[in-house]
Amino acid sequence: MRRFAGSVLLVAGKDLRIEARSRVTTNQVLPFAGMVLLLFAFALDPDRGLLPRVAPGLFWVAVLLAGLLAVSRAFGIEAENGARDSLRLSALDPAAIFLGKAGAVAAQLLVLETVLAVGLFLFYDVEAREAWLLALAAGLATAGISAAGSVYGALAAGLKVRETLLPLLLLPVVAPVMLGATRAWEAALGGTPSDAWPWLQVMGAFAVLYTALGVLAFGPLLEES
Amino acid sequence: MLGRFPALAGVDLDVEEGEVLLLTGPNGAGKSTLLRLLAGLAPLTGGEGSVLGHDLATDRRALRPRVALLGHETFCYDDLSVVENLRFQARAIGRDASAAAAALERVGLTRQAGVPHRLLSAGQRRRLALGVVIVRHAELLLLDEPHAGLDAQGRTVLEEIIAEASGRGSAVVLASHELERARPLAGREVAMAGGHAAGSAPDAATPSRERALL
Repeated sequence: MRRFAGSVLLVAGKDLRIEARSRVTTNQVLPFAGMVLLLFAFALDPDRGLLPRVAPGLFWVAVLLAGLLAVSRAFGIEAENGARDSLRLSALDPAAIFLGKAGAVAAQLLVLETVLAVGLFLFYDVEAREAWLLALAAGLATAGISAAGSVYGALAAGLKVRETLLPLLLLPVVAPVMLGATRAWEAALGGTPSDAWPWLQVMGAFAVLYTALGVLAFGPLLEES
Repeated sequence: MLGRFPALAGVDLDVEEGEVLLLTGPNGAGKSTLLRLLAGLAPLTGGEGSVLGHDLATDRRALRPRVALLGHETFCYDDLSVVENLRFQARAIGRDASAAAAALERVGLTRQAGVPHRLLSAGQRRRLALGVVIVRHAELLLLDEPHAGLDAQGRTVLEEIIAEASGRGSAVVLASHELERARPLAGREVAMAGGHAAGSAPDAATPSRERALL
């Protein structure tokens, strides 16, 4: 178990170190997500009253699009210099590789969501009334997006069309997460907090399902990619 | 398989512990495919094969950590430094990260330890790939065109690695076009053509069924 946890941390640490060096997340993914939020704010500016109401949906659309970039990047680095073969030649458990890669994507998304949330509160005129609920919903949504993204990222990794195929595969699948996160945030930002519970359960079930799927299927996916 | 056609057929190899086997043949003969098959990276779609006691059809995952493959790529990450790449390779194989420092010194990249892989020259990348082979301390070395891109010092290190591996009982299979450099290292030579092992020296009689046993 300790060796397994060490393998997870090894892969996650490697991916995060690469992202810290390449600064793709900070220099490309984060500005992209920020631009999505900003452009929507400009587009809806004439009707200021609309912004707080659509803020949760726009936030999670921005996170989801940024998540696509993060997942694509996470598996793109394995295509460099035959690195995917080095993972296959390693003694690392495929389940640990999956959890490490999904964990690294989740860590990047959480940082991204924190920065975007600050922008949301500044520019979209919303208040964080139930901060704990916002954080819980964000955590569950992030886990689901990262796990499903890593499963489909691995599935598309070996294909030349992976960058166009990944959104086609992933976006329909994570629609329940986006819907759930949006509804939960609406409840936390001004609605009734108890309305969020069914959506939290949906997101929790989604995260557990795709984490289990990734743990079981990542070995064959790594073989086929 | 290459499309509908077998990439390898009629290959029958037995390699002993500590033996250094040289694969020769023109481009497209199947040498690299055979090395990937022996590393457990390419699937065995017909015939039978066993490497280090692992069946190539059913037990490839357990085989892989026990082999080292020097291919055309470095297996390294562009944005990690030389030493970070070697440490990752060492830990991924279950070895202590300190193995990286020894490999670094051995291949003469100590001064470049902190340099990202993407900034290395072609020759330095080749040395780093050799460092990955050293770090793995494998029981079977599979070397694809190992002399390519190496300077005199790099070639010396390569020859030492092969001699040391053979000395500790590890088998070495190398595929090379640079016969004047590779032949003195090898104890036996097998010529390949069109995915077939066309003959071997000293024993040129090669059965035609697909089989690999190491």
